[in-house]
Amino acid sequence: MTDYGEIEKRAKTRKTALNTITYILLVFWAVIVLFPFYWMILTSVKSYSAYNSEYIPAFFTLSPTLQNYADAFTAVPLGRYFANTVIFTVVTTAIMLVVITLAAFAIARLDFRGKNIAFVIFLSLMMIPNELVIITNFVTVTNLDMRNTFPGLILPSVTSVFYIYLLKENFEQIPDSLYYAAKVDGTSDLKYLLRVMIPISKPTLITITILKVIECWNSYVWPRLITDDENYFLVSNGIQEIRENGFGRENIPAMMAAVVVISLPLIILFLIFRKKAMAGVSRGGTKG
Amino acid sequence: MRKRKLTDWGLKGWLYLLPAILFLGFFMVYPLLDVFIYSFEEGYNSASQTYYGVGWYNYSYILHDPYFLQAVKNTFILVMITVPLSTGIALLISVALSSIKTLRELFQTIYFLPYVTNTLAVGLVFMILFQKTAYTDGLVNLFINWFGGSSVDFIDGPYSAKMFVLCFYTIWVVMPFKILILTSALSSVNQVYYNAARVDGTSKIRTFMRITLPMISPMIFYLVITGFIGAFKAYSDAVALFGTNLNAAEMNTIVGYVYDMLYGDSGGYPSYASAAAIILFSIVLTITCINLLMSQKKVHY
Amino acid sequence: MEVILRNLTKRFPSRDRKKREDVIAVDDFNFQIPDGRLIGLLGPSGCGKSTTLNLISGLLKPTSGRIFFGEDDVTDLPPENRGIGLVFQNYALYPHLTVRQNILFPLQNLKGKDKLSKSEMLSKANEAAKLVQIDDLMDRKPAELSGGQQQRVAIARALVKMPRVLLLDEPLSNLDARLRLQTREEIRRIQRKTGITTIFVTHDQEEAMSISDMIVVMKDGVVQQIGKPQEVYDNPENMFVARFLGTPPINLFVGQVKDNQLYIGKDAVLRLKGIGNQEVLVGIRPEGFILQEDGPLCCTLSGVEVMGRDTSVVSQNEASLNQTIRAIVGTEHLVMETKVRFALKPHKVFLFNRETEKRIDFEVEA
Repeated sequence: MTDYGEIEKRAKTRKTALNTITYILLVFWAVIVLFPFYWMILTSVKSYSAYNSEYIPAFFTLSPTLQNYADAFTAVPLGRYFANTVIFTVVTTAIMLVVITLAAFAIARLDFRGKNIAFVIFLSLMMIPNELVIITNFVTVTNLDMRNTFPGLILPSVTSVFYIYLLKENFEQIPDSLYYAAKVDGTSDLKYLLRVMIPISKPTLITITILKVIECWNSYVWPRLITDDENYFLVSNGIQEIRENGFGRENIPAMMAAVVVISLPLIILFLIFRKKAMAGVSRGGTKG
Repeated sequence: MRKRKLTDWGLKGWLYLLPAILFLGFFMVYPLLDVFIYSFEEGYNSASQTYYGVGWYNYSYILHDPYFLQAVKNTFILVMITVPLSTGIALLISVALSSIKTLRELFQTIYFLPYVTNTLAVGLVFMILFQKTAYTDGLVNLFINWFGGSSVDFIDGPYSAKMFVLCFYTIWVVMPFKILILTSALSSVNQVYYNAARVDGTSKIRTFMRITLPMISPMIFYLVITGFIGAFKAYSDAVALFGTNLNAAEMNTIVGYVYDMLYGDSGGYPSYASAAAIILFSIVLTITCINLLMSQKKVHY
Repeated sequence: MEVILRNLTKRFPSRDRKKREDVIAVDDFNFQIPDGRLIGLLGPSGCGKSTTLNLISGLLKPTSGRIFFGEDDVTDLPPENRGIGLVFQNYALYPHLTVRQNILFPLQNLKGKDKLSKSEMLSKANEAAKLVQIDDLMDRKPAELSGGQQQRVAIARALVKMPRVLLLDEPLSNLDARLRLQTREEIRRIQRKTGITTIFVTHDQEEAMSISDMIVVMKDGVVQQIGKPQEVYDNPENMFVARFLGTPPINLFVGQVKDNQLYIGKDAVLRLKGIGNQEVLVGIRPEGFILQEDGPLCCTLSGVEVMGRDTSVVSQNEASLNQTIRAIVGTEHLVMETKVRFALKPHKVFLFNRETEKRIDFEVEA
């Protein structure tokens, strides 16, 4: 005869134990993820002298100060880095949206000679890593005298084969009948694109925008190669510059203030568009 | 043809495609061809744009360059440590995440944060946490001291300590993507299989090994492949931690070597850079192919 | 194994947040399922039949009430300790495992004293495969099998560890019509051969009627009637059961009992005893009509459909609640006219209370 009470009790104990371990693991990882953020905010409000007198770092501060933030904007041109990055991000994303929308529309909707070949070539370009083409691009931009200019920064990254592909897939899901109905009503192709396809594909366009904005905001390699005038630095280069020549190597609190300022816009954007951003990344984003 | 032909020559179609073709042609197709040419042009001078000969010299040069060999070694260590570790930890966390209901969204949001942060900026925080200076041993050393260890300088100290920080930070950075992919893979496994397994009295571990793992194996392989590719291209994480002079820190990566050859104090050698880039991508391509071949044997769909 | 359900109730919190009330999926279910029988749980979708099955399997916990397998109270036991076999609606075969591995799967879970050797497992799996006649498909993967074959594999997997109770959730719903007929015979055969108490859920009354030893008709979580299929068909306790069982469905009329006469419209169709004057609903089975030139029920003929051995006379009547009346008759007297007249077989006629829709008993005056 089986003792059912015993089986039941054992199952319950095991379940509780497993649950506890699960939560411990999750909290542990959450701490690892969050701690650097906590530390950077904490350090950014410690005063310079307080920070440097702590041989053993303190986990909190009783006299927070915003002086470091003032320093970050005055001692180094953080405001300029910031403005550059905003310009770079907005312009790049905007041009890219136009370019990929037109291309995706042509491939998904229009008929023309050589379309299939063009599409196959596009697809094969998806496999080309950026690192391979960046060398020539560097030489090209240098030879064109476009170093330390916005066009030099922006133009190489205004197309993405992957996003064209993503958008084309989306466009193709719109039923053909809509297009023919619009044709019968005398709608031009461009008008159809603007009035029908773009509104219907808005979720995908938003996803692409979010991914591109993240990419632009964090881009480091290309801006580093192409700018050495700090009037054109983006935040990533700025942070590197601050670290190496900025406040003097030891003014860590001011550096952290700059780091907070740089990190904040994307974090806020992410918290607003949390669902969309995560859905977008799981559809097609690897970092880097 | 499925769709009606609208214009005889289809000029309109090409017109819509034109901007993309221009940009891609100029910044992708041409450079792709050019990089091979560069890699074979010996003694290319970027100022005068002249070279003396064609051959394998550039390849042979970098293969004998100790900095390049150091970078290859670093990159391989980084790949071999971070890819399996990050995939494994991400799997563990995703399974834990999938098994709870309360606070799940909060955890998911927190775990995603590193994805949206600037690698350079947060790297600086990691540097501070790990660095040992004259003023402070840093927070991580404080913990080590609590557990009875002695302080280590992770940023300017021994090679293994530096490699540890680099791996740790890399894992921290790549984790959000992996957790996201694995949690959605796990949630796409039909609940009915778990019910079937439960009715048959399958233990949790066996259910995971025999049902969950095989069913999400395509996604795991996807992560391994993208993980390999991503880790081979590591660069900015290292810059964030150790500064731009990675050769001096012995922490350079292959991509870092390419950029150093191109620009900066040791720069001005696009031919060497091209040869190094092509070597890197032969490695990545080979490993991706091996991965794909293996996955055909192991993945169940 | 006898299965006893006592006051079994399951409530789900309402999805609509404005409504506070819970959804009652199963309401106070009492049933003693005798050992070794094939039981059909029958009802329209959302009637609580699948919930009942999941309560018996242990995948769901009841809100209140108890479940016994023989003497054992299994209410709080997890499914794995109940000794049940469960066949899922879409079979839930592991797609990455072969048929053999799928069938072996439950055996490999056994631990301790129940643990089997490899050869014992293989022979048990072969035995189960032979029982459902798939022993030649053992090395295929589920995707390479037809729907019917997958179904058999699922049954074999459920049977291989000799469960005390076998549960089948809509076992035939994913099969095409011809296969369905064949597979339901197969289920009957397997159940007879193994003698395992088997409970299956279906929304198809024909399926339930054809193979079950007993059927349970449910609606909105409440058991309407339990009994042998023919008994339930011949003696429905209420209008829902009468309507739910039988194809073509029962014909309903508004009627009236006055002075021991049953009226449909103005026609006095039957003489009754032991029933007071009242408004009623009249249900007449399609096979309860007799074509008769001087029959009491007069209807307007709209057509005759001959389908194989059956001839149905389709007609209309003002008192009918259905759009058309279907009567299945012998082929002899077929005269096409605008009016048809029927006499009724009294045991195929049921009366229901207009408000409660409960069956009203009556006797026929000879």
